[in-house]
Amino acid sequence: MPNELTPAQRVALARHAQRPGTADFIDALFTDFFEQRGDRHCMDDGSILGGVALFHGRPVTVIGHRKGRTLEEHMAYHFGMPSPEGYRKAQRLMLQAEKFSRPIVTFIDTPGAYPGLEAEAHGQGEAIARTLALLSGLTVPVIAVVTGEGGSGGALALGVGNKVLMLENAVYSVLSPEGFAAILWKDSSRSAEACDVMKLTAADLLELGVIDGIIPEPAAGAHAAPQPVYRALDAALVRELAALSKLSPSALAANRYKKFRLMGSKALGKERL
Amino acid sequence: MSNVFAQRRQKLLSLKALRGASPTPAHTEETCPACGGTIRRRDLAAGRYVCPLCGHHYPIGAYYRLSLVLDKGTFRELDGSLTSNDPLSFPGYAAKLDAARRRTGMNEGVVTATGRIGGQKAAVGVLDSRFFMGSMSAALGEKVTRLVEYADKNKLPLILFSASGGARMQEGILSLMQMAKTAAALERFSQKGGLYISVLTHPTTGGVTASFASLGDIMLAEPGALIGFAGPRVIEQTIGEKLPEGFQSAEYLLEHGFLDAIVPRPQLRDTLIRLLKLHGKGGSDHAK
Repeated sequence: MPNELTPAQRVALARHAQRPGTADFIDALFTDFFEQRGDRHCMDDGSILGGVALFHGRPVTVIGHRKGRTLEEHMAYHFGMPSPEGYRKAQRLMLQAEKFSRPIVTFIDTPGAYPGLEAEAHGQGEAIARTLALLSGLTVPVIAVVTGEGGSGGALALGVGNKVLMLENAVYSVLSPEGFAAILWKDSSRSAEACDVMKLTAADLLELGVIDGIIPEPAAGAHAAPQPVYRALDAALVRELAALSKLSPSALAANRYKKFRLMGSKALGKERL
Repeated sequence: MSNVFAQRRQKLLSLKALRGASPTPAHTEETCPACGGTIRRRDLAAGRYVCPLCGHHYPIGAYYRLSLVLDKGTFRELDGSLTSNDPLSFPGYAAKLDAARRRTGMNEGVVTATGRIGGQKAAVGVLDSRFFMGSMSAALGEKVTRLVEYADKNKLPLILFSASGGARMQEGILSLMQMAKTAAALERFSQKGGLYISVLTHPTTGGVTASFASLGDIMLAEPGALIGFAGPRVIEQTIGEKLPEGFQSAEYLLEHGFLDAIVPRPQLRDTLIRLLKLHGKGGSDHAK
């Protein structure tokens, strides 16, 4: 990796207003995208963008967080922070992918699930939990790509993949650095310090076994020259999908279970009782 | 050297729990944080730490909880020695863990066990808010996952009592990943027909709410428990207004369709016995 940025600098790049979002990745990597809207219960949450598309001629289900480009879109999509209805739309599309034996590609780019009154009243916790459980048990290939901010459970809900890839300057963490500093040190202004200890960069996460591969970015970030990033991601997706497609449906589910079953297994110790 | 004392203390505490003794001395009076009334500690203990004046449910420890729920003499702890090894070498964490272990006599924020409830064998886990606020560490996630797998393997019904402040910040992303790990284990268990009863106690928030706590076939809660994903302060900051009275309470969740029932502590054991009976012997189809 040519660029030596601090974790805080990568957080800034991951949040850059011009950084390619899910809609851009869909445009660049897929053809014939048909957006599917609505949770079939009460509403459509635009902060989750999803549908069917062709990837090198093969139908796939694509689901990602959508932050929006304009102020109106930012407001409508809560800057990419989904409500329970968004996760339930995602669940609906996941079940359809399973029904039609389509691989799933997810794009993760959210500060976290939306912390609002209605979101709580409508079961934010239940919606995320159910999405995690559902995704973990599917028998189709699932590839997750962390493209920007991977914040908290709101990000992980789309992240239970057989393979998890990450853009070089994307970040993935238990909470935003500001929230982390606020909870741990009661001081959200210490976010740069939090960035240093949280191990939220792609390189750190590869080392921890949380992700499987890094998609390189140009020195100034993906927004400066997105085409090489699209090409590198395209090549990685072709490669991973080809490998996963060799597995049987039950082996795909078993493979994903095992991957997440081992998360944190090196973090365990023993004390006498 | 201090380790020897810590181990002794742990042993004593677990023996105490087996006898069903109350975890606090019973010789003083106490002011109820909910109604402000004065209660004798002896009465509080006799009433299972529910305020006799207003019904406020005090938080209780995991071993005491197990002594209230399990048949006498049937408690057998699983994975009691499992603990965290400070995977990110987080500044100050190792010392804090050590202090928490000594203070609580526990190695992690969850106790997992097998035991009988009204004669019916079950796999039971209880989170304890005294240990790092019951926050999700890799070890806590591992213990919960092992319990689910144990229930699956032995065809037992599973009961989890949740109480958690959310993620264990000091374990960062590895804490987050436990949400996927525990949810995946429960999904497998569920697909094989296993019965899971989730009991939410005060407070259940964050990553625990957004994973195993919300995935029960039967969802119960104790009266007045705070249950939510985002914390009330974060929500107030986001929406810029005060939250309504009773927001994120067990009663609020029941009203919004996320619970089957709110069960006062004194009726909890009987309710569990009835639910186990209603689901047949093993509570799972491969047991039939």
